[in-house]
Amino acid sequence: MKPHGSIRRRLFFQLAGVAAILSLVFILVVRGVAERAAEGTQDDILTASATAIADSLRSEGGGVTLDLPYSALSMLGTINQDRVFYHVSVAGQTLTGYSDLPLPTAVPLVGARQLETLTYRGEEVRAVSVSRRVGPAINAATAVITVAQTRLGLEAISRQITLTATGVGLAFLLLATALSLWAANSALAPISRMTGSMTRRGPGDLRPVRAQTPEELVPLVEALNSFMGRLRASLSRTEDFITEAAHRVRTPLATVRAKAEITHRKLNKPEHKQAIREMIRAIDESSRSAGQMLDHAMVTFRADSLARDVLDLRALVNETCDRLDPTAELKDIAVDRHLPDQPVTIQGDGILLQAAMQNILDNAIKYSPAESDITVRLTGGDTIRLSITDQGRGFGGADPASVTKRYTRGSNVGDVVGSGLGLTIADEVARVHGGRLEISENTDGGGACVSLVF
Amino acid sequence: MRIIGFLIAVLMAGAAHGFEVEDHRHYPAQDEQTVLRVISTADLGVFEPVLLAFQTAHPDISIDYTVTGTSDLMAAIYDEGASFDVAISSAMDLQTKLANDGYAVRYEPTAIDLPEWANWRDQLFAFTQEPAVLVVSDAFFALDETPRNRDELIALLRESPQRFDGKIGTYDVRRSGFGYLMATQDSRNSEAFWRLMEVMGRLNARLYCCSSDMIRDVAEGRLALAYNVLGSYAAAQAADTPGFQIVEMSDFTNVMSRTALIPATVQNEQGAQAMIDFLLAYNQRPDLIDATGLPAIDSALFQSNTALRPIRFGPGLLVFLDQLKRASFLKNWESSLEQR
Ligand SMILES: Nc1ncnc2c1ncn2[C@@H]1O[C@H](COP(=O)(O)OP(=O)(O)OP(=O)(O)O)[C@@H](O)[C@H]1O
Ligand SMILES: [Mg+2]
Repeated sequence: MKPHGSIRRRLFFQLAGVAAILSLVFILVVRGVAERAAEGTQDDILTASATAIADSLRSEGGGVTLDLPYSALSMLGTINQDRVFYHVSVAGQTLTGYSDLPLPTAVPLVGARQLETLTYRGEEVRAVSVSRRVGPAINAATAVITVAQTRLGLEAISRQITLTATGVGLAFLLLATALSLWAANSALAPISRMTGSMTRRGPGDLRPVRAQTPEELVPLVEALNSFMGRLRASLSRTEDFITEAAHRVRTPLATVRAKAEITHRKLNKPEHKQAIREMIRAIDESSRSAGQMLDHAMVTFRADSLARDVLDLRALVNETCDRLDPTAELKDIAVDRHLPDQPVTIQGDGILLQAAMQNILDNAIKYSPAESDITVRLTGGDTIRLSITDQGRGFGGADPASVTKRYTRGSNVGDVVGSGLGLTIADEVARVHGGRLEISENTDGGGACVSLVF
Repeated sequence: MRIIGFLIAVLMAGAAHGFEVEDHRHYPAQDEQTVLRVISTADLGVFEPVLLAFQTAHPDISIDYTVTGTSDLMAAIYDEGASFDVAISSAMDLQTKLANDGYAVRYEPTAIDLPEWANWRDQLFAFTQEPAVLVVSDAFFALDETPRNRDELIALLRESPQRFDGKIGTYDVRRSGFGYLMATQDSRNSEAFWRLMEVMGRLNARLYCCSSDMIRDVAEGRLALAYNVLGSYAAAQAADTPGFQIVEMSDFTNVMSRTALIPATVQNEQGAQAMIDFLLAYNQRPDLIDATGLPAIDSALFQSNTALRPIRFGPGLLVFLDQLKRASFLKNWESSLEQR
């Protein structure tokens, strides 16, 4: 069966995907928060500096003057080595500082601060502006104090934090990926455990699964068990039917035949005798058909769950020959067995193999004239070959494919009784054992040669 | 004739630059590939060993060395855009302003063995630590009489005004960037500074442009003492000029660092970087430290002598360069010192 997707892979990729998303979110959040915190710190220090400068403004002799506090600028050097610029203007006129440092776009309200990021002297700077009123109440002027600082320190901090966050995120991702792999495997462990216990079973083992089953698999296992139960019941019904049917059909037919024989002997009128003979023949045909059909059913049935016993073919051949010897003797036919000294082992179902041999040998006896020879030859080695050669009428050029068809008999059968299932059975048995049935003419002096090749 | 020629050269130089050139010398290389133009506040007499040692290490670089005052160096680069490859100054505040305002280029020096504070923004590199000291004349002071701190000095000056009238020297902070840096740092550190200036003003203190002149006048007995003299120059001169003592004040002594930067107008950047690397390894050259008398950076010294106050880089140094702040500081200083 070609698999469609993999639960393990999907589970793994989904878990790892979630971990990747979480890592990314973590990195972005940490970086965002940390950057904002660092920015906030810089803004606060800049504000403190600007406020300190604003507080030092005083009016003197009608003008405004400033005694720049040392700490106002020195505090900006405590956390980094960024460049510092400042600008103090009163009523729009530069009082001191860097006169080309841009004024804030809007004058901040007293007590509020104005934050801006701008480019000054070729570098990005963060500028904080505050304002206050200075001078005598009547003609007080608005002073705007801007303190600006480059952001290299900030960038260094943010780079550092980003690096750390990325490192932690990646480590988390790596760990999570490993854990996902482990989780996917352990989640599927019960399935592979169950698969293992199922594959270890013999072909005929249809007992319900009793292994410890996780909740999610219980319905599946229950369905499987109930299915196997039904299968078991159906199989045993079939088996019973086959064995019983053979018995139930053959026995009454045998009785009828015996009665017919007796009647035949008692009758005198030739036309009556003829009628009884035809009746006996019909009975024979029916009996043969029923037997072969049931044998065929048996073969099909057993082939479904083929036994794999180690067998010595020589023993099977001997047994089969022994069983058919009486039939051969009736026609004065000699069955020569040519068996090797070493055992010829094969894995398979002895009953089926015997059924195949028996059908082939039966054909050989049936389609041979009286007082002829049949050779049974078994050779071992890489390929095992069992050929049964007779001196009968041969296949007469019949197509080998057609004689193995069900209920198909050759045109050479004459009045020999048969159902057309014998070679079908032999062919099927050969095939389920990984072999084939070879049909050819006897090369020296007429007759047929039928072989089982494994 | 010679003198006239020299004067013409100086005048020409003066015409070419708006800033005042105190001294100038060219050191041709054995096989000149490039010229390194250095502007510096370090006198040739002090700094020449460093230049020669640099040339030994880099025989293909000719050095063009211009000596100027700290304020002139600032003016040259900041206002006039004069082109130099390296600027070396003892005025840390002015150097900081140059770097802060974008007049210096960055350079990440190869492995250096200096404390972190010696490098600001990869633009300013400190390589010496020099105290500002009091120089007293042997002609005026007995050994046990030398003042050890500012209070003692003030008391001594107040005690005998006639003795010291016109016999006291200090920097004219309007002309000397180094003097201004030391005075402003003094004013930050102690209230005694303004009292001292008051007293000095009353005693008609004489104002100087340079440490070497003050030391010379003290050694020759024209001055009783000189305040805020560059300790390294004094120590160097003490070796061959008798007649004065060097006093490191025990209440506090400012320690500044000579710093080098690569101006944005640099032309020979590679040579400039080589010079920075060379100066940063200055503390590993005892021979040069001996020859120049400029003490190398040594953080351990601040642990053992707690009176030493190192001046650190940072935007704080920009405060006293603020126009208003400077104007009001100079106004205070003038009113203290010039009360005739
Ligand atoms: N040894 C043989 N010699 C000649 N013809 C044979 C031989 N074996 C089989 N055949 C031919 O092949 C046909 C198919 O054989 P098969 O055994 O399947 O059927 P059957 O013998 O007619 O009936 P049964 O099912 O009773 O055996 C036969 O009808 C016969 O024509
Ligand atoms: Mg047959």
